[in-house]
Amino acid sequence: MTAAVLQNVLASVGGLPSIEFSSVAPSIILALGGVLLLTVVSVTKDKLPVWFPAVWTISAAVAALCTVFRLWIRVGKWGNLSLISGAVGLDRFSLFVIGTLCVSVVMGALLLEGYLRREDLEGPEWYVLLLLAAAGGTTMAAANDLIVLFIGLEILSIAVYILSAMHRRRMSSLESGLKYFIHGAFASAFLLYGIAMVYGATGSTNLARISTFLADNVITQNGLMLGGIALMLVGFAFKVAAVPFHQWAPDVYQGAPTPVSAFMAAAVKTAAFAGMIRVFVLALGPTYRDEWRPMVLALAVLSLLVGSVMALVQTNVKRMLAYSSIGHAGFILVAVHSSTAMGTSAALFYLLSYTFMVMGSFGVVAVVGRKGDGHHQLSDYRGLGRIRPGLALAFTIFLLAQAGVPLTAGFLSKFYVIRSAIDSGDTALGVVAMLAAVIAAFLYLRVIVAMYFEGEPGDEVAPVKVPAAVSVAIGIALAGTLLLGIVPDPVTHAANEATAELVAPRR
Amino acid sequence: MFTLTETWYLVLAALIFSIGAVGLLVRRNVLVMFMCVELMLNAVNLTFVSFSTALDDLGGQTAVFFVLVVAAAEVVVGLGIIVAIMRRRQSADVDDISLMRG
Repeated sequence: MTAAVLQNVLASVGGLPSIEFSSVAPSIILALGGVLLLTVVSVTKDKLPVWFPAVWTISAAVAALCTVFRLWIRVGKWGNLSLISGAVGLDRFSLFVIGTLCVSVVMGALLLEGYLRREDLEGPEWYVLLLLAAAGGTTMAAANDLIVLFIGLEILSIAVYILSAMHRRRMSSLESGLKYFIHGAFASAFLLYGIAMVYGATGSTNLARISTFLADNVITQNGLMLGGIALMLVGFAFKVAAVPFHQWAPDVYQGAPTPVSAFMAAAVKTAAFAGMIRVFVLALGPTYRDEWRPMVLALAVLSLLVGSVMALVQTNVKRMLAYSSIGHAGFILVAVHSSTAMGTSAALFYLLSYTFMVMGSFGVVAVVGRKGDGHHQLSDYRGLGRIRPGLALAFTIFLLAQAGVPLTAGFLSKFYVIRSAIDSGDTALGVVAMLAAVIAAFLYLRVIVAMYFEGEPGDEVAPVKVPAAVSVAIGIALAGTLLLGIVPDPVTHAANEATAELVAPRR
Repeated sequence: MFTLTETWYLVLAALIFSIGAVGLLVRRNVLVMFMCVELMLNAVNLTFVSFSTALDDLGGQTAVFFVLVVAAAEVVVGLGIIVAIMRRRQSADVDDISLMRG
C-alpha cells in the first residue's frame, strides 16, 4: 500500500533523480572520511597511535585530490555536466577549487598534528571537523543551486565555528568561536533572505534556470531582484571578510587556534569566493552585472585600503595577518569585479597561491606562538633570525610573497588580478590595488625587520620547537609559493582552462 | 471581501526579519541574540513558503526543510559554545566577553 503510494508520488515528480556518485566523489570522500574517522576512533578506543587521525585525514584529502585529477580529465573528454537534477555542476572551475581545498586540508592537518601535541589536546574531533568543513567547501564550490550552496556554506561554517572554539583552556578561543558563530549566523541569515528573494523574483533556486529566466524575461518589478542581490552580497562579504563586513575577522583569527586560523584564511575564503563567483559572475553576470558590479567595486576598494592600512598599526602578528587577509580578499574582489573569464582565472590562481602563502605564514606563527599559543606580539619575533634561521627565512619568503615580490606566487597572482581589472577597463581600480600592495609591503617588512634586526642575542622569551609535521607543512607551503612563482605555467594553464559553466539540468 | 494575499505574508516576514536583525545588533545577552538569529531564519522560511504559494512551485517549500535542519544544527553548536563559556564565566552578556580589541 505505502509502496504503491510512494511509487505514484515518484512517478508524478518524474522519478528519483539519478545520482552519479563518481562525479561528486571528492565531496563524498571528504565527508565519509570524517564520519568514518570518528567511528573508527570510537570503536577502537585508545588503541590507535596518536598520529593516526592526521594520517587518515591527509590520506582522505589526497584521495579526494586524485579523484579531482580523474574528473578533470573526464570533463575534458565529455564537457561540463550538471548532475543530480541540476543541483551540482561538474566543471573545471569547481574542480580547481576542490583541489585547492584538498591542499589546504593536507596542510591544515599537518599543522594541527604539531599544534595539538604541543598543547596536549590530541583527539580525532579536530580532524573530523576539518574533513567535514572541507566537504562543505567542496559542496559549495560545485553548487549549481542556491540551496545546495547554502547547505555547503553551513556545513563549512558550522564545522569551523566549533574548530575555532576548540581550544578549551584559552578563553580567547571560546570568545572567537562565539564571535564567529554570531557573525556567521547573521551573515547566513542575510544570504538566505537574499536567496529567498531571488527565488521569488525568478521562480527557481537553480542557477542555470535563474540565468536563463533572466535572459528571457524582463523583470518589471526589479526591487525584489535587486534586494536579493544586495542581501546575498552582504552574506558573501561577511564570509570573505570584506570591508565593511570585516569586524569579526581580526578577533576571530587572533583567538582561534593558529592552525584553525590558517584553515579559515585559506579554505573558508576559497569556498566563499567560489560560491560568490558562481552566483554573481555566472548566474547574474550576463544580465545583472551593471547592478552588482558597483557594489563589489566599493567592497573591493574599501577592503584593499582598510585591510592594508589597519594591518600597519597592529602589534599582534595574528591580527596583522587577519587584516592582511582582508586586503587579499580585496584583491580577489577586484578579480570578481571584472566579471570576465580572465578575472575568474585570476581569482583561482590567487586563491591557490594564497592558500600556500597563508598556510605557511600561520604555520610559522603557530610555532612561534610556543606552548599556550600566546606569544603573538611582534616583540616575540625579535631575533628569530638568529635562533631559528630556517624558520625566519621561510617566514620571510611567505611575507615577501604576500607583499607580491617577483619569483614568488604572490607577484603573479597580483599581476593577473590587476591585468584582469585593466583588461575590463578599470584602470583606476588597478591603480588602487597596486597602491594597496605598496602599503601592505611596509607591514610585511616590519615583521622581517623584527626577525632579523631587532633584539640582542639571548633575550628570546622561550625556545622555539618546530615539530616534524609542521616543518613538512611549511615545506609544502614553501615549495608551492616558490614553484608557483618560478614555474607558474602548469597552474596558470589549468586556471585558464578552469572556466565555469552553468549547464541547464536535463528534463 | 478582504483577502490575505501573499504580499501580506511577505511584509510580515520582512518585519520579523528586521526585528531579528535589529535585535541581534542591540541586545547584549547571547541567548537573546540566538533567538534573534532564529527569528531571522524563520522569517526567511515564511518568505520561502509565501513565494512557493505565489509561484505555485514546490521548490520553496522543500527549501524550508533544509533551512530548518541548518537552523537546528546551528543552535546545537551555538549553545555548546555558550555552555563552554558559561562554565568559565557566570554570564551570558557579550560585553563581558571581550578579551580581544583593536
